[in-house]
Amino acid sequence: MSIRHSLLALLQEGPRYGYQLRGEFEERTGATWPLNIGQVYTTLDRLERDALVQKDGDDGEGHVVYSVTDTGRAEVAEWFAAPVAQTNPPRNELAIKLALALTVECVNVTAVIQTQRTASIRQLQDYTRQRRAAVGTTGANSFTRGSNDTAWLLVLDSLIFATEAEIRWLDHCEGWMAQRAGVNQRAGVTSRKPGLIASDAAVIK
Amino acid sequence: MSSQVLQLAGVNRTYGAGATAVAALRNVNLTIHAGEFVAVMGPSGSGKSSLLTLSGGLDKATSGEVFVEGTPLSGLSINELARLRRRAVGYVFQDFNLVPTLTAVENVALPRELDGIPARKARRQAMDALRLVDIEQLADRFMDQMSGGQQQRVAIARAIVGQRRLILADEPTGALDSNTGDSILEVLRGRAEAGAAVVLVTHEARHAGWADRVVFLRDGRIVDEAAAQHDPAVLLTGLAH
Repeated sequence: MSIRHSLLALLQEGPRYGYQLRGEFEERTGATWPLNIGQVYTTLDRLERDALVQKDGDDGEGHVVYSVTDTGRAEVAEWFAAPVAQTNPPRNELAIKLALALTVECVNVTAVIQTQRTASIRQLQDYTRQRRAAVGTTGANSFTRGSNDTAWLLVLDSLIFATEAEIRWLDHCEGWMAQRAGVNQRAGVTSRKPGLIASDAAVIK
Repeated sequence: MSSQVLQLAGVNRTYGAGATAVAALRNVNLTIHAGEFVAVMGPSGSGKSSLLTLSGGLDKATSGEVFVEGTPLSGLSINELARLRRRAVGYVFQDFNLVPTLTAVENVALPRELDGIPARKARRQAMDALRLVDIEQLADRFMDQMSGGQQQRVAIARAIVGQRRLILADEPTGALDSNTGDSILEVLRGRAEAGAAVVLVTHEARHAGWADRVVFLRDGRIVDEAAAQHDPAVLLTGLAH
């Protein structure tokens, strides 16, 4: 997550001080990725060092106010224009766990998958409940709400779709195992793991 | 806890016999209460549809018992079973199963009229049901004048008309786009909150997310259940604004 670019994007709307930036960031993302104030001020210091923001003095109540520079505007425009690089996927503990479960002896892979599926469904139920509550709070649909509310709903949707994708992947893994088990049975292959032959284990790794 | 609407007690369903026998359900125990929304998930062939057809009295268990509002289905005659289906059980199918030559309100009124309710009263009840699914303004339209989402709302109205308390939905959003599907789930959710017991068979995890409880079937057995947690700590801040 780019805190640097997020703060620059918020500063495009006008000068802000640190606590304001943190509050607005959390409001628009539903506090899904909480920021601590230390992170905000460290980032602002770096942005100032790089001439992307400047200090505009004091707001009269002791808060140092920052504004975005022309270089900063160019930087944030470039950020919005460029795709988020997915070439280096973040470490996925579940994928690692399943890859190991498939290849390590004495692990019941079906049970590992089901335990995760149940937990993921619970997570999905929770997100769905919160989405319904969020829509119900204002009694309006996502197209007529304020932009911050809409941003929060879209973040929730992103979490819902990501969790759904995880469950679909678990279903896929289970289906794949069942299919391999059938193939192995017909071919008379004795595998170390249910549904696996040695070459498949290599593919999973 | 509120009253039991559906109970499956030690239910087995086997198709065929001898060496070719296929066990579709094995010792299934499941209780669903009024006001509960339960999703049933599982891979193809896991027994989801068998569970639904047995629950609605469209098929009979090989052994064990299915109770609908306390009535054991195994003891009912064909006529009694048909009456129970018309009065207590509502079905919602993926392809709607509406009669194209009837209007929306006539489709919804049909099961009531078949149950001997006078036409005018049946129509009034049908209009009430259409109102509950926010589609009363389309009461006089034929099916080819309605979108898929609207037709599914008519099907749900038909499933709940006459205060039926058990709604069995088999992939009801399968033919709909994502947003329309969500609106149908919202309607089913609303019916559960109004006191119906809703059973949703789905292979879509996102749809199961709407349920209070998710039952996982594999090879005809219930292998796990996920009940919704009500943990206010998660993402609560997002609800504050």
